[in-house]
Amino acid sequence: METVIFALFAALALVSAIVVVTHKSPVYSTLALVLTLFSTAVLYVLLGAPFVGALQILVYAGAIVVLFLFVIMLLNIQKEEEAHAGFGAQTWTAILGAAIFLGMMGLIFWRSGSPAAAPLTPESVALKPLAAQLFTTYLLPFEIVGLLLLVAVIGATVAARKPGEELGHIGEHEYVSGEEPRTDPLKSGSDPHQPSVAEPAYSSQREAS
Amino acid sequence: MSSVPVSWYLLLAAALFAIGTIGALTRRNGISIFLSIELMLNAANLTLVAYARQLDDRTGQLIVFFVMAVAAAEAAVGLALFIAVFRQRHTIDVNRMNLMRW
Repeated sequence: METVIFALFAALALVSAIVVVTHKSPVYSTLALVLTLFSTAVLYVLLGAPFVGALQILVYAGAIVVLFLFVIMLLNIQKEEEAHAGFGAQTWTAILGAAIFLGMMGLIFWRSGSPAAAPLTPESVALKPLAAQLFTTYLLPFEIVGLLLLVAVIGATVAARKPGEELGHIGEHEYVSGEEPRTDPLKSGSDPHQPSVAEPAYSSQREAS
Repeated sequence: MSSVPVSWYLLLAAALFAIGTIGALTRRNGISIFLSIELMLNAANLTLVAYARQLDDRTGQLIVFFVMAVAAAEAAVGLALFIAVFRQRHTIDVNRMNLMRW
């Protein structure tokens, strides 16, 4: 039974991982990644780590992948132009490197063998010792990770804001909200390096209003 | 109940990591490279959980917890950077991001 579940979800993870890497459309790649993450979550549960499995679905499939989809749709990314132009040197080198890595890892895992792991008991799967260890032995790393996430949120907000928008001076622009003095590629398709073309139309619009 | 050897999980994780490596090295769309990197992180997590099972030690699962938090932070900052690059250059094709190449 366990072997059947393992084989099923391992195959699912491998196939969807290949789809992630080979599909030209980033939306389909992301949806295939959801499948990979879900299969891996099932494998975590099989390995006696239901907490990690639940976290995988909540954090990865629930939050990170949604963030990816949001950005893909915000940027309106098309399929790669001249995708895989030349199934050339770069691709073959990457495949060669990955094959060497896989061979080495396989050799190591095979040679080292695996003594039969101790059977799972309710104690070894229990959540309480895990939480106790997290909040005692690893309390400092836990706090640091919280700080890291805070810094990441602030950094992402600053990095993704509109160019030219000074922090703290957002309300001081003289244009009416809803009008854009700069051309923003997320709103229009024009080049931001030629704002002079849009300027007269904009100012006349403002005088009219 | 027959138990699956832990080395099978390790082999699967190595295969997933290799697939992610190929993607990160060959794709040109920035988002797709990011997805490949998430795949590689996921494979590393699978290895950690497999060894936690083998050695009957929970520390591996805790490291996975931290890896997930760092991956979330990395995805947020990375995607924000891609939005900023897209505003400037109208593309996230990494072959055209050569401003700092030489």
